[in-house]
Amino acid sequence: MPTITYIDHDGTERPIEAKNGETVMETAIKNSVPGIDADCGGACACATCHVYVDEAFMDKVGQPEDMEQSMLDFAENVQANSRLSCQIQISDDLDGLRVTTPESQH
Amino acid sequence: MPDTAQLIENDVLARNLEGPIDKVDPSEAALFEHNVHHEVFRRLRREDPVHFLPDSAFGPYWSITKFQDIVTVDSNHKVFSSQPSIVIGDPTDNFQPPMFIAMDQPKHDVQRRAAQPAVAPTQLSELEALIRERVCTILDSLPVGEEFNWVEKVSVELTTQMLATLFDFPFEDRHKLPFWSDVATTSDAVGVVGADMEWRMKHLTECLEYFSRLWVERANQPQKFDFISLLAHSEDTKHMIDEPMELLGNLMLLIVGGNDTTRNSISGGVYFLNKFPGEYEKLKANPELIPNMVSEIIRYQTPLAHMRRIALEDFELGGKTIKKGDKVVMWYASGNRDEEVIENADEFRIDRERARHHVSFGFGIHRCMGNRVAEMQLRILWEEILKRFDHLEVVSEPERVQSNFVTGYVNLPVVLHAKA
Repeated sequence: MPTITYIDHDGTERPIEAKNGETVMETAIKNSVPGIDADCGGACACATCHVYVDEAFMDKVGQPEDMEQSMLDFAENVQANSRLSCQIQISDDLDGLRVTTPESQH
Repeated sequence: MPDTAQLIENDVLARNLEGPIDKVDPSEAALFEHNVHHEVFRRLRREDPVHFLPDSAFGPYWSITKFQDIVTVDSNHKVFSSQPSIVIGDPTDNFQPPMFIAMDQPKHDVQRRAAQPAVAPTQLSELEALIRERVCTILDSLPVGEEFNWVEKVSVELTTQMLATLFDFPFEDRHKLPFWSDVATTSDAVGVVGADMEWRMKHLTECLEYFSRLWVERANQPQKFDFISLLAHSEDTKHMIDEPMELLGNLMLLIVGGNDTTRNSISGGVYFLNKFPGEYEKLKANPELIPNMVSEIIRYQTPLAHMRRIALEDFELGGKTIKKGDKVVMWYASGNRDEEVIENADEFRIDRERARHHVSFGFGIHRCMGNRVAEMQLRILWEEILKRFDHLEVVSEPERVQSNFVTGYVNLPVVLHAKA
């Protein structure tokens, strides 16, 4: 099982054993990882599961599609490595992925 | 003898609950005014969740009543256009100033981006101490042990002060803001019977004149984080002053968006805790439930009952074909009571799991940008109420707003009981 590490705004790290096929958002919610609200429940219809993806994984995680980009456009403090975690599906390739949650979700 | 309102309610309700399904019309404002709209939506969700009505006071329209279908429509802005308006009807006077909530990409995006920093979370954290101080002042001025209208003394006052701050509006003139908000929403386009559209236009023109003066003043000063300064300084919006109708439209959007919605959630919370006394006890025993309760209040109130779209192409939904050009109304008030997504949805539960999963803020690119301001005001208010009062008692049923858009309260009679 791949391990995903969530790092909160204060730098606290939470490594989680994730399941293939689930998303980075779902894994966070199921394991009560703070910093991710996921108001829309994974429909790519809000921007409250915003995370920053570790640079080393940017290629593997890939680029946001149109709708995700539209939602990210209205999130706060968006960076080049910003993604909505409901749109990142976990696979063995992402073992060791590190994502940082922003100070607040908007 | 039943009063006239009762008769109207019964007739409208009977027609919608017992009449043929293809004639059901949830847009009748009397349903909302008497708080019986939920029964009509329950029927639609059960019998005809994607419902077409060929003839109504607002012309033919589709009603989308299930949570997931609302998410589908709301997040598909390429098929479902927000232009030229996001309310069910078009005003009889055709006075429909453009505003970014009622625009599609790309214009929507640039205007929203210009205004949004005023209500972004980091900006709000700067305002928290100020808001708390104001909440305390308002609560400390309330009479204890005697009846008063909570809407007027608390809900309107608090949201007005907040709005004045977001606009950096002259504080002594702040009561103009809720007045203009009421003017903007008193329209025949949302089912208000006898709305005086000439009077409405006159006051909206005053609003435009007032803000145009503020705009010129702000444009000549360094940029700050209020809405007017942000819009006056952004490259994308600084010429809005030369498009007075567009300026007025966006002012109406920001005033109504920041006013009516939170106002009615503030009143609604008080009412719900009285309707569900067990929840009030839970809250008193555990004030840490406040943030979760805030989301539950916003779901249960659903301060804006609907948003409308126009289909730009044919679209299949729930086994029906929505045709290009059709008017589509997403009933948030219904989606928030959808039992398939929300367990015991008709119950107000302050410790509900995943309380944030509601449709009150909408979804997709038009999702409410002031959601964090709303949540913060409600959170601080309840923190301070619990510190001060043993019980906030609703002493008679509220008087509600007549509108199929703004779900709210005109009068909520309460008596405050001091802590022992």
